[in-house]
Amino acid sequence: MVFKIESHNHPSFIEPFQGAATGSGGILRDIFTMGARPFAILDSLHFGHLNDARNRYTMRGVVSGISFYGNCIGVPTVGGQTHFADCYAKNPLVNVMCAGLARRDKVFLGAASDPGNLVIYAGSRTGRDGLHGATMASAAFDESSEERRPTVQVGDPFAEKLVMEACLELMDRRLIMGIQDMGAAGLTCSTSEMAARGGSGIRIDLARVPKRVANLTPYEMMLSESQERMLLVTEARRKSDVLEVFARWGVKAAVVGVVTDTGRLVVDSDEQTVADIPLGLLIDDYPRCERPIARPPTRQQDASTPDLDLDLNEALEALVASPDQCDKRWIFEQYDHLIGTNTVLGPGADAALMRIKGTRKGIAMTLDGNGAKTSLDPYQGGLSAVAEAFSNVSCVGARPLAVTNCLNFGNPEDPAVMWQFAEAVRGIKDACEFLNTPVTGGNVSFYNETLGENIYPTPVIGMVGLHDDVRKAVTSKFKRSGDVILLIGKTIPLAEGLSGRALPVDLGAVKRVSDTVLELSGMGLLQSIHDCSDGGVAMAFLECCFGRLADVMAGARLRIPEAADPIAWLFGESVGRMIVSIRSEDASSVTQLLERREQEHHVLGEVRGDSLRIEQGSISLARVDGKHLKQLWTSGLEKSIT
Amino acid sequence: MAIKFGVVVFPGTNCDHDTKWAVESLGYEAELIWHTAERLDGIDCVILPGGFAHGDYLRTGAIAAFSPIMKAVMRHADAGGLVLGICNGFQILLECGMLPGAMIRNRDLRFICRFTSVLVEQKQTPFSNLCEKGQILSIPISHFEGNYHIDEHGLGSLIEHEQIVLRYCDGDGNVTQDANPNGATSNIAGICNMQRNVLGLMPHPERASESILGCADGRQIFDSIARFHKERCGKGGE
Repeated sequence: MVFKIESHNHPSFIEPFQGAATGSGGILRDIFTMGARPFAILDSLHFGHLNDARNRYTMRGVVSGISFYGNCIGVPTVGGQTHFADCYAKNPLVNVMCAGLARRDKVFLGAASDPGNLVIYAGSRTGRDGLHGATMASAAFDESSEERRPTVQVGDPFAEKLVMEACLELMDRRLIMGIQDMGAAGLTCSTSEMAARGGSGIRIDLARVPKRVANLTPYEMMLSESQERMLLVTEARRKSDVLEVFARWGVKAAVVGVVTDTGRLVVDSDEQTVADIPLGLLIDDYPRCERPIARPPTRQQDASTPDLDLDLNEALEALVASPDQCDKRWIFEQYDHLIGTNTVLGPGADAALMRIKGTRKGIAMTLDGNGAKTSLDPYQGGLSAVAEAFSNVSCVGARPLAVTNCLNFGNPEDPAVMWQFAEAVRGIKDACEFLNTPVTGGNVSFYNETLGENIYPTPVIGMVGLHDDVRKAVTSKFKRSGDVILLIGKTIPLAEGLSGRALPVDLGAVKRVSDTVLELSGMGLLQSIHDCSDGGVAMAFLECCFGRLADVMAGARLRIPEAADPIAWLFGESVGRMIVSIRSEDASSVTQLLERREQEHHVLGEVRGDSLRIEQGSISLARVDGKHLKQLWTSGLEKSIT
Repeated sequence: MAIKFGVVVFPGTNCDHDTKWAVESLGYEAELIWHTAERLDGIDCVILPGGFAHGDYLRTGAIAAFSPIMKAVMRHADAGGLVLGICNGFQILLECGMLPGAMIRNRDLRFICRFTSVLVEQKQTPFSNLCEKGQILSIPISHFEGNYHIDEHGLGSLIEHEQIVLRYCDGDGNVTQDANPNGATSNIAGICNMQRNVLGLMPHPERASESILGCADGRQIFDSIARFHKERCGKGGE
């Protein structure tokens, strides 16, 4: 399994559609250059609030850009997350994760080895698009950002589909030695990185590079970020076979250079050498930058939840209709999430679950991160993002295996931002070590700052897990009247957002809950299972009632402990809790098992009827018409965006 | 003779492998056919699968209609052979005139991917003989241009010749505007030609052919084709 995540934040603000489209294109190339056919995409999106027209424009553009690219190339977009906050208005985050499957003995690397081998350029012709794209993406924004629109590349998923099919065929037939896509800084990066990895050198002749326009200068050609281009290395005797494959797929290809043993990158143009640089200077010996780190003054913290005079009925209606909490179908129905015919659990599930054809196994995937929480305490935010992802993967019955991460932060020249960064990374490291989920790679996006305002520190965790038998996967929807509803895990009765205080994450407790539910689901004892996260017990409970679009609404009665503060108990967001439902006849054996394991749990209530009731002792706190609430939830995003 | 399906691959087709997988997992033989082929030797049912043939540049299916294989597909249909166009394949059949009408963009101008309910209007076709008239199938759609359009005269002709095979409906089988996902004329999801050997449909039966994927209703389309072929062979028709 090959997987990675990438950000395309800055381009997606300047030109939302193309920015997001080319972000998808770039990460897809990263996956198929390993020899893996991409089989799923997930995206983590952060926008400003939708009451602002520009934010609606950004979101529409980003969603249709991802839809345009992923749908056309034929890779399903199966999950992700969408959050809204003011700080993302001028700095939206578009993080795209892609996963693919490869045979272990057919994994390819981006290395140029063995002097004398040929360097082949394939894909779209080189133009002036995307010049300085990488520079734009690594600078803070100001009033002139709109003028940088020409630095955003233009994507052509049809071209990429052909390039992908041709490259996968070349790798399957072992006709090439090494391969890398041309992403940021185009030819410059791909040639020097491939040569450095192969411990060799490369000499290329720009006159042989296919061009879209005349009079490109060598500087422009080396920096162009035209999309859908690949650099390959092959033995001289394979040349005609390789060119034949590209020709059959209708992909432009040309031999542009040769692998040398000089340790240098030499660039020729019109019989003149225009660059001759030792590779070490480009790859390893660049100047290192130690940025100052300083903890900002601690914010005033209030330990208690403020007293709120909430009408719970109204609060629930507002909660389910809010863009953060409502059903995200307006987004995910624009993505083809079914192509590939592997999607067992798609968008809306705790984690996406993809079956592996020809086996009973499946791969679970999730993307999680919460900038607002991380801003309260970046270390806890890092822990929490990993813990949340771990819980989500476990929820669908898979064992968490590994992590990729996308670290979105503000201006690193600000010592306070560097402190956030260092703390969040420390949190991710501690959590991944504890939970035994290695971090295989990732992406860092700095300078998410516009007009001096930094975004929330937003680490996003992509986690994958292995499911042994996808036929046993359980959904989050309550199934049958009379089933007993349990909350597994420890509740800390505090609402973070209201109190301004980060909840401490207990990794040991998170791990125990995950182990417990994996055991229960393996025994076939769970009718439904759902992770409790944003919106707390209340929101998770409602989602279990709603199910999918076509599902009939399930009613339920929820009882909260007599001593609890209802608001903190219902809306607190302690990490590592799950709501499960079980057949009433299994109730005693399940609770006995939980007690034997000393696993904290609480009997929430039972599935019944079609209305939702929340009670505390003999007091009825809320009683809502389920259908009405589901309608608000389903249409929430559509109403906010139009 | 056992039926053999041929799945045509245009540059940009992306449901070719899914379709082959679905047909094969039902126990039938299937073969991928590159779009430059000029013959269809030994193929009983040609499937034009979903995707973005030739990038769907110009209009969906417009360039694919001129791929070399399409002449062979038309000859195959003229000789009574079966042709099934799914999604982009349906669009191609419209572009090359093998079926009447045209596609325009979805009513809401957005791509839509979701499970839909479709009502079986015709049982007497090679593609639906295992279904019952009035049966509801749950099969996903996934397209930007599935808003089927035909003028009043053309619609009258489709109705008269019983060519409307599938229509979008709600969960109870009511053909309503609310149940129409893309604005298609008369909720049309699939039509056949007058000879009834060519079917175009927007829903993807290959995505609903295994219960692990949420629904197996799509199998009835492929199984109907195989049954029709078996009966035809049994009569010594071929």
